[in-house]
Amino acid sequence: MNVTLTVNGVSHTVDVEDRTLLVHLLRDHLGLTATNIGCDTTSCGACTVLLDGESVKSCTVLAASVDGQSVTTLEGLADGERWHRVQEGFRAKHGLQCGFCTPGMVMAAVSLLAENPSPTAAQVREGLEGNLCRCTGYHNIVAAVLEAAEGSVAR
Amino acid sequence: MAESAGHATCSRTVSILGTRVMRVEDPKFLTTGGVYVDDLRDPRLDGAGHVTYVRSVMAHARVTVDVAAASGVPGVLAVVTAADFADLPPPPPPLGFIPPALARPWLANGVVRYVGEPIAAIVTESRYAGEDVAELVSVDYEPLTAVVDPRDAAGDATLLFADHGSNTALAFEAGSLDGLFDDCEVVVTQQITNQRVAPVPLEVRGTACVWEGSGDDARLTFWASTQSPHGARDQIAAALELPPERVHFIAPDVGGGFGAKFGVSIEDLVLAVLSRRLGRPMRWTETRTENMLGMGHGRAQLQTVTIGGTRDGRITAYSLDVLQDSGAYPHFGAVLPFMTQLMATGTYDIARVAVRTKSVVTNTAPVVAYRGAGRPEATAAIERAVDLFAAEIGLDPAEVRRRNLFAKDAFRLTTQVGAAYDSGDYAGALDAVLAAAKYDELRAEQRRRRDSGDPMLLGIGVSNYVEITAGPEAGTEFARINVKPDGSVIVYTGTSPHGQGHATSFAMLAADELGVPLDRITVLHGDTDLVARGGGTGGSRSLQLGGAAVHQGALETVDRARELAGDLFEAAAGDIVLDKARGGFHVAGSPDDVRGWAEVATSADADAGLIVDTDFSATGATFPFGAHVAVVEVDAETGYVRLVSMTTVDDAGPVINPVVVEGQRHGGIAQGVAQALFEEVRYDEDGNPQSTNLTDYAFPSAAELPDFTLVDMATPSPLNPLGVKGIGEAGTIGATPAVQNAVVDAVAHLGVRHIEMPTTPERVWRAIQEASK
Ligand code: FES
Ligand code: FES
Repeated sequence: MNVTLTVNGVSHTVDVEDRTLLVHLLRDHLGLTATNIGCDTTSCGACTVLLDGESVKSCTVLAASVDGQSVTTLEGLADGERWHRVQEGFRAKHGLQCGFCTPGMVMAAVSLLAENPSPTAAQVREGLEGNLCRCTGYHNIVAAVLEAAEGSVAR
Repeated sequence: MAESAGHATCSRTVSILGTRVMRVEDPKFLTTGGVYVDDLRDPRLDGAGHVTYVRSVMAHARVTVDVAAASGVPGVLAVVTAADFADLPPPPPPLGFIPPALARPWLANGVVRYVGEPIAAIVTESRYAGEDVAELVSVDYEPLTAVVDPRDAAGDATLLFADHGSNTALAFEAGSLDGLFDDCEVVVTQQITNQRVAPVPLEVRGTACVWEGSGDDARLTFWASTQSPHGARDQIAAALELPPERVHFIAPDVGGGFGAKFGVSIEDLVLAVLSRRLGRPMRWTETRTENMLGMGHGRAQLQTVTIGGTRDGRITAYSLDVLQDSGAYPHFGAVLPFMTQLMATGTYDIARVAVRTKSVVTNTAPVVAYRGAGRPEATAAIERAVDLFAAEIGLDPAEVRRRNLFAKDAFRLTTQVGAAYDSGDYAGALDAVLAAAKYDELRAEQRRRRDSGDPMLLGIGVSNYVEITAGPEAGTEFARINVKPDGSVIVYTGTSPHGQGHATSFAMLAADELGVPLDRITVLHGDTDLVARGGGTGGSRSLQLGGAAVHQGALETVDRARELAGDLFEAAAGDIVLDKARGGFHVAGSPDDVRGWAEVATSADADAGLIVDTDFSATGATFPFGAHVAVVEVDAETGYVRLVSMTTVDDAGPVINPVVVEGQRHGGIAQGVAQALFEEVRYDEDGNPQSTNLTDYAFPSAAELPDFTLVDMATPSPLNPLGVKGIGEAGTIGATPAVQNAVVDAVAHLGVRHIEMPTTPERVWRAIQEASK
């Protein structure tokens, strides 16, 4: 079947099997491999992308169901050379180690800050509950999101 | 060695070492994402067959496999079983001293020994067809008695490997049990389960490979998610009975390993054979469920500690008995007790010590290395024992520790169990962490809550730890420094980072000696054709061996460059000075005429530039140490535990990059906490795994953890020129016992003496009920 969707601002029409998941469409059909797969139970959040601006776990979304919608992945987050403030925050606060959770974590943080532009540390922790990281112990991820949030206030 | 010469003849600049340099790795990860095995789009992998494993659903059974129905399906390239590997001996065990009779076969050969063991491999054209076809492979199971409890295994009533004649794979011991506790006024003993946990790197295992060329010239290129590319290459070559140079191994970005990705596993190795036979590239990426079933688990020790001493708090005797569950096929897990034994006495000066260990096979997934690998188990045992001893004599556990720590002036020293500690200040670490955590105030608050009948109890847990890194044998590591004709530098290292930031830290080491700016230095690793040799990253070895090699290589490069510059200036090398600030050389006393790195490197070789290869060899392992304080709140009515704070001293000597080191500590602490509070891999009595994915397995999220308070301390090691020790595993080792001790401490006044890990609400609640009977 054909699915038409906009990914990172570019429109694509893709011929996929009915059972194809959004994450596989992104990775295998469009070659956008930043979005990762870390589990088979919707638990880890490594596959998090924005669907019409809201974070979703792309491993649980059927490609067919997003026809006509707009997806943003990590590859589409920066404005040209200018990074999104969440990307800047993760870099400044060393919010990543192996980098595997990072694309999903960053997208989840973007969505979190869109909903709550100046969260407390506890709100960041609650808000990122669906995104697992094995490397950082979350300490610097929380700091990175708070850094990005403060940035938004400063602007 | 070139060290002193290099130092003596350089003009001084402010060192970059110890400064907060942000990682050079990060821009890629934050914009396009890393390139992990499953992300590889190398054209040589076009048309790859996709491998799917059919795995055992029984823990112990005789199996007969019928693949006929699956083989005939369109799009299926092959379905193979053990019979198809009859011409190849089983791959050599991952460690030399594992008895050959316990070697695992390529695929289950007539008998399965754990749920998840690969029985057949299916190769399909399409990536997603494999799972459908797997259902067409018919496996007939004739059940055998499943041996799940290691105590049953030790009894040998049912043997997993008849040819071996016993379920015991290995045994180690140290010290004499004779009269061990005879002169003790107080003796306390406790059985402790150091439970089985899952490493859970966020990236699962994955492999891709392709053969190029034909006949004896055919060469295998193999990508896998590993911590040790050269070791993996040698493993593949040995399994295929090939010389190592016929295997080109590449570790792309690796999404975490934590010990469990040291080398490659059987599922990786099978691909090399399938690719050769079918004449096609092959790919395999496991699912998380497969990862939980099959990558292997960590810890899994049953321990008995006995501790004795005087009523005034002097510990004089300690014994540790370890029954290690190795899982079905002995791997690193079988050897963990050796490390546990070596670190048995921890930070304490105890006159008499005895350790007995035994590793047995069971019908469970193999036990592998997991962050700390044998040392967390030793620390958990002695730190729990010290608290039990303190509780018995009614002394504060921090005070009992202080009375028994090795003194600062005792180093270097060799412990009763033969560990040669290089340097330490254990009391200093304890005092620093107690002060930072405001220990006395915490105790006052604890008393206040107890006295007022507040159901939200406060628990304070202390641990002192020492661990061994880059051991147990003295290690060695390779580095190449290549100054290119344009003056830029490429550093090649035999370590293989997967999140540890070597590209930044090692570039800092090179920059510091060469006077070349960081952005002109690139660190390469993970490719066996680019890097001549290497030991990979594991056992917290990388900085002290790999970093020391880069440092040594940079010094040798400066020496060689001074000779070359001497030729350019027609002066003696001894008169040439490196001006690091200007990145060039001049004759002493004539600083105006400077020849830059580019010119000097070009004079070595106009195409390749200046190349220096070096191997750093340590004279011994190093022993990082520290002290942790955990604070928990325990709801006396529900048993629910909340971690309030973690304050830690983790002393691994001088810090090259605080950003990276803090990250290592944070991650380690979180994993240590997770073992104490949340995580456990469980099997039922028939050997069926009960935690096969991330909904059943209590991997903590950000919501379950607090921020961590890190206290700095740096005691140099005398064993390498940088004075550094390993930091990768320290946090994990210290955190687990501190948290477990805190939970017990919270309810100690109710008469509770011990609670097994993970300290779930149910366990805590039961312990309170038992104690109040
Ligand atoms: S891959 Fe784990 S939640 Fe989607
Ligand atoms: S950085 Fe490795 S899983 Fe988060």
